[in-house]
Amino acid sequence: MAPNNTEAERIEGHWSKTRTLTFIVLAVWVVFAFILPWNTKALNAYTFMGFPLGFYFIAQGSLIAFVVMIFVQNWFQDKIDDEYGFHEE
Amino acid sequence: MFRLQGRLVDNLPKVYGLYTGGFIVFIALMALLDKMGVSAATIGILFVVFTICIYALIGWLSRTMEIGAYYVAGREVPAVYNGMATAADWMSGASFVALAGGIYFGGYGYMAFIVGWTGGYVLVNALLAPYLRKFGCYTVPDFIGTRYGGNLARFIAVVILVVASFTYVTAQIDASGTIAARALNISYETGVWFGLAAILMCSMLGGMRAVTWTQVAQYIVLIIAYLVPIIWMSNRQGFGIIPHFSYGDAIHRIQELEPVVKLGLKATESFPGRSILTTPFNATGAPLESWKFFTLALCMMAGTASLPHILMRYFTTPSVRSARKSVAWSLFFIFLLYFSAPCLATLTKLQLLDPNLPTAIIGKPFAEVANLAWIKNWASVGMVAISDSNKDGILQINEFFMRPDVVVLATPEIAGLPYVISGLVAAGGLAAAMSTADGLILAIANALSHDLYYKMIDPKADVKLRLIVARVLLVVIGVLAAFIASLHITGILGAVAWAFCFACSGLFFPLALGVWWKRANREGAIAGMIFGFGSGSLYLYLVETGTMAPWLAIDGLRFGIIGMPVSLVAMVLVSLMTPAPSTDIQKMVDDTRIPTGGTILDSAH
Repeated sequence: MAPNNTEAERIEGHWSKTRTLTFIVLAVWVVFAFILPWNTKALNAYTFMGFPLGFYFIAQGSLIAFVVMIFVQNWFQDKIDDEYGFHEE
Repeated sequence: MFRLQGRLVDNLPKVYGLYTGGFIVFIALMALLDKMGVSAATIGILFVVFTICIYALIGWLSRTMEIGAYYVAGREVPAVYNGMATAADWMSGASFVALAGGIYFGGYGYMAFIVGWTGGYVLVNALLAPYLRKFGCYTVPDFIGTRYGGNLARFIAVVILVVASFTYVTAQIDASGTIAARALNISYETGVWFGLAAILMCSMLGGMRAVTWTQVAQYIVLIIAYLVPIIWMSNRQGFGIIPHFSYGDAIHRIQELEPVVKLGLKATESFPGRSILTTPFNATGAPLESWKFFTLALCMMAGTASLPHILMRYFTTPSVRSARKSVAWSLFFIFLLYFSAPCLATLTKLQLLDPNLPTAIIGKPFAEVANLAWIKNWASVGMVAISDSNKDGILQINEFFMRPDVVVLATPEIAGLPYVISGLVAAGGLAAAMSTADGLILAIANALSHDLYYKMIDPKADVKLRLIVARVLLVVIGVLAAFIASLHITGILGAVAWAFCFACSGLFFPLALGVWWKRANREGAIAGMIFGFGSGSLYLYLVETGTMAPWLAIDGLRFGIIGMPVSLVAMVLVSLMTPAPSTDIQKMVDDTRIPTGGTILDSAH
């Protein structure tokens, strides 16, 4: 954090980065939650680890993506909090 | 009993490590009794009674007279343990007992539940949990009431919470009654009241604190009970040590077999509650198929992010950062069960269909199948039925009827595993149903005691009186739910999907916009709740009574698709037509977005 930032700028900067991160996460979420499952039939033409690819996503792939997404988002969010001095004790 | 050095929260790994070890020893002991010829019924009873006694003991040890401990477990639950507790809170009797069976019967369309019930946590984490934790509320209506101000907004939130959670809790008590009845060999009605007594023992004395520590214990039981049979069966039948990553070929094989066994033949007879397999396992490209998947998944996700019994679990962590971390762990623990369900459904289906496997029944001589022990057992309790409809002496696909629950409950027997595994599965199903029921009853009773009684009726009530009111309400709600469950009105899964749609229709946008849109005001939130919840409920009523044909296949399972947009539009329009919230409220929203500093509401509010 730059020391000469005012409190208001610090809050604004923190929220702006938090918001961007959230929107990126939600965009990735839309892909795994809706776009891939919507196209299951088409994706089934491919095979992945022995699974029809479309089936793989709704049974496993998207679920793994959700878990990873939350851990990754939290890792970035912690960095943002630290950067702006909002680190909890 | 050993004595703890210091407080429970400082000794969690030790306590739950010992508990898990003890449970495994207990399973081994039961296996030994099984070998020595003790009857299957006795082992079932021992499993159920032993686990319930443990939960009751935890409930007793966690008793409290402190308000913070009662409502939010003293806000000292570490992220990983809160993750386990949330997972148990989340995974209901339906998830445990009916999910794999649903996939078995419903294939692609049903898997929207799997995607929806996991993907919803991304919303919880991104939009709500950390901010609600920072807010420092005791209940979800507490947030609505404080953020928007005024008793009306709070009251409407309480009403929606009660409707959604109550719909859900009757399904859970129904499930615990069913399992208890089967394991203890008592009538269903007695089972329901027995289940209720067990549920109340875990929550009444210690509120959120007791529920938290019993839910952790229940998670451990339910996940062991779900995974052990799958892995055991898989090894015995040659599907690999951990089948989850290697069952892909089984899906190709099922798709090959479906035309061979003439999947799609209609049944010529019917047995109540049981059905034949007609739906192909994988996506077929049928019209509206993707749309139905999308709408159901969206309702379940938004519902996840609006159901108060889940959101309130994140009020119990020590900090905002740990609230986020515990959402991640919650989903991880939930994922362990949810990615196993399609695996179980696939393996079970293959075992029944594939003529190359010794367990196959479809296409086998009818007399031979009728003689199988598991068919006889489950037919005698009305869960399975076979009938040689076309009199050709061969069991055809449209002559084998079963209830979806059988996939989980009978798997150990189909695969020829020892009875001890069936006892374990019963204990797991009961843990799943009890833990969810506990969370729901507590969410309802807390909203009524904190928001309705303390905040609106008697703000001067002292702590002692508030805690007595909270407990009395807990018992009243429980008894009411058990009474309704004993009437057997809806099937388990219908009621569960309704709860999600009620919650997302009424609460999703008022909650999310409360954090993400500073301009949202009281009038807007009230309009959003009333119109969203009202339109969703009206649509459900019209469709369920047959007054109206569903639009675009939006049926009773996904009426949130109607309620949510109405809620959003009403909330935005009315907010913009009325004055912006006061600077105090806007400042409050700013504070909510900053992870550090004290909570918005003080701890004695």
